Amino acid sequence: MAADLTTTLCGVRLPNPTILSSGILGLSHEIMVRVAQAGAGGVTTKSCSLKPRAGYPNPTILDWGPGLINAVGLSNPGIEVMVEEIQAAREQLAPLGVPVIASIFADTIYDFGTVARFISEAEPDLIEVNISCPNINSHYLQMFAADPYVAAQVTRRVKRNTDVPVLVKLSPNVTDIVEIAQAVVEAGADGITAINTLGPGLILDIETCRPVLYHETGGVSGPAIHPIAVRCVRDICRAVDVPVVAVGGVTSGRDVVEMILVGATAVGIGSAVHYRGIEVFREVCEEVREYMERHGYGRVEEFRGKAMR
Amino acid sequence: MTLPQTVRINEIFDETRTVRTFVLDAEVQKAEPGQFVMLWLPGVDEKPISIAHPAPLTLTVARVGPFSTALHECKVGDRVGWRGPYGRGFSLRKDRPALLVAGGYGAAPLYFLATYAIECSVPTTVALGARRADDLIYVDRFRSLGIELILATDDGSVGHKGYVTDAILQFLTSNPQCSNLQPALYACGPELMLVALHRLCREHGIPGQLSVERYMKCGFGICGQCALDGYLVCQDGPVFDVGQLDGLSDFGRTRRSATGRRLPIQQPVTGNQR
Repeated sequence: MAADLTTTLCGVRLPNPTILSSGILGLSHEIMVRVAQAGAGGVTTKSCSLKPRAGYPNPTILDWGPGLINAVGLSNPGIEVMVEEIQAAREQLAPLGVPVIASIFADTIYDFGTVARFISEAEPDLIEVNISCPNINSHYLQMFAADPYVAAQVTRRVKRNTDVPVLVKLSPNVTDIVEIAQAVVEAGADGITAINTLGPGLILDIETCRPVLYHETGGVSGPAIHPIAVRCVRDICRAVDVPVVAVGGVTSGRDVVEMILVGATAVGIGSAVHYRGIEVFREVCEEVREYMERHGYGRVEEFRGKAMR
Repeated sequence: MTLPQTVRINEIFDETRTVRTFVLDAEVQKAEPGQFVMLWLPGVDEKPISIAHPAPLTLTVARVGPFSTALHECKVGDRVGWRGPYGRGFSLRKDRPALLVAGGYGAAPLYFLATYAIECSVPTTVALGARRADDLIYVDRFRSLGIELILATDDGSVGHKGYVTDAILQFLTSNPQCSNLQPALYACGPELMLVALHRLCREHGIPGQLSVERYMKCGFGICGQCALDGYLVCQDGPVFDVGQLDGLSDFGRTRRSATGRRLPIQQPVTGNQR
């Protein structure tokens, strides 16, 4: 019998554990539909704020070899447009059984609640709260993810404003990610997404002696950060009882399996869309299926957290 | 790895009052006509620019916004960065004559295609349209390739008076060769011209490839900023077959700004409107 990849995340059924990560391709419903058709088990929108943001001038995203570096600056068309995009995506993805995760962020704890309330009108299957983008000049966002007390307040504010299950996306750029994970779970988070990009990092053009990104520094993603993501996910899964969406440099079926072995419920794929194209979702699922069949697993639960036992 | 490489500008030519050509100290390996590079001005911005000639890398840029204005202020010897080539270029059909149609600075990537068509001994006609005679670019370069030229200007200061699309319609209906074997059409220029050409190709059963412009961030298919309905212009385009553009809601109507909001199309895509 063929291995069954279906997964349940905070009560939402996914046809497989791969999810398009936030910030990659999730700007329009047409492209999200295409990603779902390419085999993604879920799609996450680009992070959305109350008002439109242009982000930084280019270069905003570059491939430096072992990974990507980006400082897009949370550009997004604002909540009204994203509500429409999410509604359209929901309508077209429902027949495919692929859920839509709305990623949100705000400048203040209070506004996180406002964005959550507005975005809920679009009835996303899940909300992901981005408290961890490393590219914002204001100290706000970095503070949200770095301080367990503030991270918990944001979580509470969001939970009070929506009935949709809430994932909180954590930053690896903290002394103790487990402490933050415990704080947001205590505050009511239904699940955790980990990790956001690492850094920020800095790459120079050595001919002109200038940073290659307009914003100078940027979040590092891709294969270069994968081992760090695996360690963070393991530590979080050990400490909390909510589902974890594991993100960080996943480019192959073996990377997905590794994340599930340390306890992840679902696995985000972002930078690998660059390395392997949009078809990466179907290919990665095929690689996971091969692994399961080789080990005689019928369902993902049979090996979830096996490295932790 | 696709970090930008910074190289010196070796030559700068004025094409018109607002269009300049920059020859960089770089060679693009394996570039196809219609592909683009991301051109970086450190501290300013980075934009997709079609390749006019791959070796040495030659780019023809109109002054339309802050980025191109800053580029036009560059002097020979200044350093700029480039990465690429990116995207899907023109795919030359060797079984049909080629009809290349350019509006304004769209002539530049078609010059690269024309040199390739001539290498492949494909009979080639080029139609160039602009507002007035002194806005036409690359006329002498195409002539020096020995190519038949159709010129059109809005004010009739040279060639056909009116749109280049009308001029080629005349060419298609009056040229007896075209009734035997329809040419394949390759075009680059303002989107409303592309819309007219799309219609013309569909009505006359002419195979066509159109190069579409959108605001871009990454250039390699992950940011989603350049989405044209379900296509990514940076990877699935910038060159599309006319059939791919059938029934799209964005084509000829909307493009995205840097925020990702859809804006109505009326002018060249600069991405600077927030």
